[in-house]
Amino acid sequence: MTGPGRIVTGVLAPHPPHLVYAANPPQNEPRSSRAGAWKGLLEGYEKLRARLTAREFDVVVVHTPHWKTTVGHHFLGIPRCKGLSVDPIFPNLFRFQFDLPVDVELGEAICAEAAAGGLVTKMMRNPDFRLDYGTITSNYLSLGHFETPIVAISSNRVYFDYSNEAGDREMLALGAATRRAIEKLGKRALLLATCSLSHRHFTQEPADPEDPAFEHPYNANQTRWDDHILSLMRNGETRRIVDEMPDFIEGCVSETRDGALTWMIGAMGFPTIPAIVHGYGTVIGTGNAIVEWDLS
Amino acid sequence: MSGSLIGGYVLPNKPHPLLAPEQNAGWAELREAMEECGREIARSDADLLLIFSTRWTSIIGHQFQADPEPDWWEVDDDFHEYGTLRYKLRMDAPFAERWCAAARARGLHTRTVAYRGFPIDVGTVAALKLLNPDNRIPAGVVSCNMYSDRAETIVLGKATRDAVEQSGRKAIAVAVTSFSNRMFTEWIDPADDRIHSPKDDEWNRKFLELLGEGRLEDVSQLAREFTRQANGDSKMKALWWLAATMGQHNDYAGSVRAYAPIWGTGAAVVGLVPAPGRAGNLEYDEDDTDHYRGEREVLAQQPS
Repeated sequence: MTGPGRIVTGVLAPHPPHLVYAANPPQNEPRSSRAGAWKGLLEGYEKLRARLTAREFDVVVVHTPHWKTTVGHHFLGIPRCKGLSVDPIFPNLFRFQFDLPVDVELGEAICAEAAAGGLVTKMMRNPDFRLDYGTITSNYLSLGHFETPIVAISSNRVYFDYSNEAGDREMLALGAATRRAIEKLGKRALLLATCSLSHRHFTQEPADPEDPAFEHPYNANQTRWDDHILSLMRNGETRRIVDEMPDFIEGCVSETRDGALTWMIGAMGFPTIPAIVHGYGTVIGTGNAIVEWDLS
Repeated sequence: MSGSLIGGYVLPNKPHPLLAPEQNAGWAELREAMEECGREIARSDADLLLIFSTRWTSIIGHQFQADPEPDWWEVDDDFHEYGTLRYKLRMDAPFAERWCAAARARGLHTRTVAYRGFPIDVGTVAALKLLNPDNRIPAGVVSCNMYSDRAETIVLGKATRDAVEQSGRKAIAVAVTSFSNRMFTEWIDPADDRIHSPKDDEWNRKFLELLGEGRLEDVSQLAREFTRQANGDSKMKALWWLAATMGQHNDYAGSVRAYAPIWGTGAAVVGLVPAPGRAGNLEYDEDDTDHYRGEREVLAQQPS
């Protein structure tokens, strides 16, 4: 750790386990056909990794939709997570051995900042806790390794329990708390908002899940919303993205309803720099984009 | 010999009765009632427990647990400080294949899952640990598809019944679900737990009154209204499934064994035993679909 703490980079890093499956890493038990359905997204992650390799990070902070909590925002509070992660939704694709360090100090600091800001919070101390596959997948795809300690933040159900507007307000407050804690502790942080954009799935899967003949957007409406949001990202219009977030969520069943993108935009302080879109593609009909905000 | 459904239960889907009954009298009552249901099952001649849990969600159709001896652990996303649910369960793998095939024959997209380390959901583990602590009776579990609505879930229930009848087994169907599903979003003293609002409480009690009268099909057909009024758990799909599995009628002897809040939600233990001539039949007019023909793709289209 050197110099003042800051967010070095923020990445919209979707987590379909399909992408890890398609990459055939040794940690994942299932083997893919390499038929190529998600080639564009895999290439996008390659481009991202090439750029991130040139930067130094002390910590990766992930906000994940697959750790769903109703009673507040939870933070990983155990020093190491290790084990076998089997995705309960796509167990045929993702059975992954993982072992990664956790930055408990920063997790506790964000938790404290968020609590001081009026949010309901909780540190997760159970050593048996099953780390969600969204955290594992986005971390692996973005960096290609698990050497950098992580902070994992749960996805509070506020959008679902109250409203999209209430959810955005809370996620912006959580983002600001994240930024304050990073700065106070002097960490150089990579933020991962791990979610899809449009998020309507097909409910059937072909015999070869990687069959490119099957893969396409669920419908044109989903694509149009995704194109619109990506164009705002390219133009540095993050405030407008948050302004339109409630409509985006309703318009295309967006997974941003789980809060990750708004959290990251809040933490980055509504950056106006053009974001770099490394790739866009669909996975079982959902729209996924790999987008980088280089704040370095 | 044709198999049959000899009974059904509705059970809570949260781990509190199993992991923390000492913290709230209602959680303890729920646990006691679940254990009593377990003793009742042990006295019956049931040889199969079939579970639909709203805590196991799926996207690609419906999944059926087919690992004969899942041996792993699970920790609740919210209530991790209550401890770890370690389990070693007994699943009926051949029946899972039969169940999966029966659902496919009715047009559903299905698959079995049998993987070491597969996380069995908290609701299923809690139910099986209290109902069937020594694994005397093998179980089957099916997922709750997040996109399915009533027709698809009813067809799944009918397929469950098909599979039981073809197998010659004597099965008990278990719906693992909350009723009203509005949780407190802050930390509360467990001793102060209550149903989130009087309105939720009234709707829960209305549903439980009907179930106590054995009117399972009426409850199934009122589920949409319940969901609108009381934030029902997963559209109350578990009750759609249970009603279809048990034959779509109201002729049961019903008994409400316990009703209590779990972190604001409505949790109940209900028993249902077939009892011909008990109550009226099909008072409402929801669709009764026999074969699922897939999504109608009303919205899906290729972008031009």
